[in-house]
Amino acid sequence: MSALGINWHAIRAIYLFEMARTWRTPLQSIVSPVLSTSLYFVVFGAAIGPRMQAIDGVPYGAFIVPGLIMLSLLTQSIANASFAIYFPKFTGTIYELLSAPVAWWEAVIAYVGAAASKSILLGLIILLTATLFVPMQIAHPVWMVLFLVLTATTFSLFGFIIGIWADGFERLQVVPLLIVTPLAFLGGSFYSIDMLPPFWRTVTLFNPVVYLISGFRWSFYGVADVSLGISLGMTLVFLAACVAAIGWIFRTGYRLKS
Amino acid sequence: MHPIITVSDLSKTYATGFSALKGVNLTIRRGEIFALLGPNGAGKTTLISIICGLVNASAGTVLADGHDISRDYRAARSKIGLVPQELTTDAFETVWSTVSFSRGLFGKPRNPALIERVLKDLSLWDKRDTQIRRLSGGMKRRVLIAKALSHEPEILFLDEPTAGVDVELRQDMWKLVSRLRDDGVTIILTTHYIEEAEEMADRVGVISKGEIILVEDKAELMRKLGRKQLTLSLLAPLAAVPPELAAYDLALAGDGMELVYSYDTKAERTGITPLLQELAGAGIRFRDLRTSQSSLEDIFVSLVRTGS
Ligand SMILES: Nc1ncnc2c1ncn2[C@@H]1O[C@H](COP(=O)(O)OP(=O)(O)OP(=O)(O)O)[C@@H](O)[C@H]1O
Ligand SMILES: [Mg+2]
Repeated sequence: MSALGINWHAIRAIYLFEMARTWRTPLQSIVSPVLSTSLYFVVFGAAIGPRMQAIDGVPYGAFIVPGLIMLSLLTQSIANASFAIYFPKFTGTIYELLSAPVAWWEAVIAYVGAAASKSILLGLIILLTATLFVPMQIAHPVWMVLFLVLTATTFSLFGFIIGIWADGFERLQVVPLLIVTPLAFLGGSFYSIDMLPPFWRTVTLFNPVVYLISGFRWSFYGVADVSLGISLGMTLVFLAACVAAIGWIFRTGYRLKS
Repeated sequence: MHPIITVSDLSKTYATGFSALKGVNLTIRRGEIFALLGPNGAGKTTLISIICGLVNASAGTVLADGHDISRDYRAARSKIGLVPQELTTDAFETVWSTVSFSRGLFGKPRNPALIERVLKDLSLWDKRDTQIRRLSGGMKRRVLIAKALSHEPEILFLDEPTAGVDVELRQDMWKLVSRLRDDGVTIILTTHYIEEAEEMADRVGVISKGEIILVEDKAELMRKLGRKQLTLSLLAPLAAVPPELAAYDLALAGDGMELVYSYDTKAERTGITPLLQELAGAGIRFRDLRTSQSSLEDIFVSLVRTGS
């Protein structure tokens, strides 16, 4: 096979196949998410933003940027990865992956790697676009990239799980639509959770997205809803949970083989 | 020489509770073309799917070139190419990219010259930059074959390669298969067409209701096929075959009104002339005669009817 007994050729082939799919449909993969997020920048950043109070000393237009990037990162990671594995199941082309000398974790690395790459790229494009509408700075660029990569990876893994679990297009849509989007909206994209009444603030702390957005926003402006350590810790916990779930799925052959 | 595939006591019960394979034992010899015949739902695709890693076995083992297909799946699968029964392709990919993709998936380094040869062999070279959705059904099937050949498998499974394929393409397919065999590739194909098995296979296996009911060299089958029957309608019934005719393979039928002589058409002498002379000598007269030959089809149908 090749170095370390890892099928690098397969990882590369799947990764490039998935990336090629993006370039084939740039409108759907890149332009449309960038455009829809830019609408928020225009409306909340440029139009309404100046009339809003600054939060923690950060102008409102700039305050919402990290949250909005996270929002796209979550939804796009899930959509990319879930579709990437669901579609071959749906069309039957998955037969080839199942018959190939590819370990499950190699397939996961390739599919999740591609999905995460796409959403990281998208996140960076959105960030660049944001600078056109709102003045902003990035205080801790290394941490910013770290949160970007961790979040993209974690939610691509999560999307991959959804893609395997889904046995119809409805199921493919239901988790992102009914769970992830609400959690992301209520996760402090548009406000600091300190602005909530105490009861709702406590409820919000059960929302994992809060930690992602808080940490990510800290890397921009040095202000956070929860401490950096907790943000990072929660992100890693969710990442580990997704890895464990995928390991279990493949060891039991769940839903891929009869 | 060790068999290239050894299937031992293989069973499959699907989640529905349906038992698709019931303790199948089968060995495939290195370098042969093996035709698996069987009616719809017999378990052909299930058997192939287990060997190739698409379906989990419920019990039993499979060795591919000595490698257990589940414990040592990497070594086993890298030797196996599969052309599935269903035409499942990535509609938006080009022929070239989908075939190159398969090679990578099977852990082989890029080799454009080889892909070019495979595409030319399958008359797909002109279509290399065409999206698969713009190809005809027969071309799609060839793309699937090209994908399976892209990683130079030692064992090739063809699940009904000629279903829905025109005569010309079918003959191309047969040529391709014998060329592959000349290169040392072991080929296992399933088919409903008896003539396909007759034309190509070295050995024939018949599966029915999840059980292998016959495995035989094609030559042996053909020898059985080479036997013909001469049926004489007698004027008067016989109670038994006369002892002076014991040297001939004779049997009585139709309440003694018919005398059936079985003979080998490929033998140097069929023995018909002396038999007729001796019949005349024994005073046995007949008013009509006919000959018949059983085909592989007949054998197959009777096997499937009586089997299990
Ligand atoms: N996923 C499945 N779940 C339940 N039953 C199945 C499944 N796949 C196949 N079967 C059943 O198993 C039996 C064998 O199917 P299989 O596809 O192996 O037959 P086959 O010999 O390939 O038939 P054909 O000539 O029609 O292709 C059939 O009765 C089929 O209904
Ligand atoms: Mg079949």
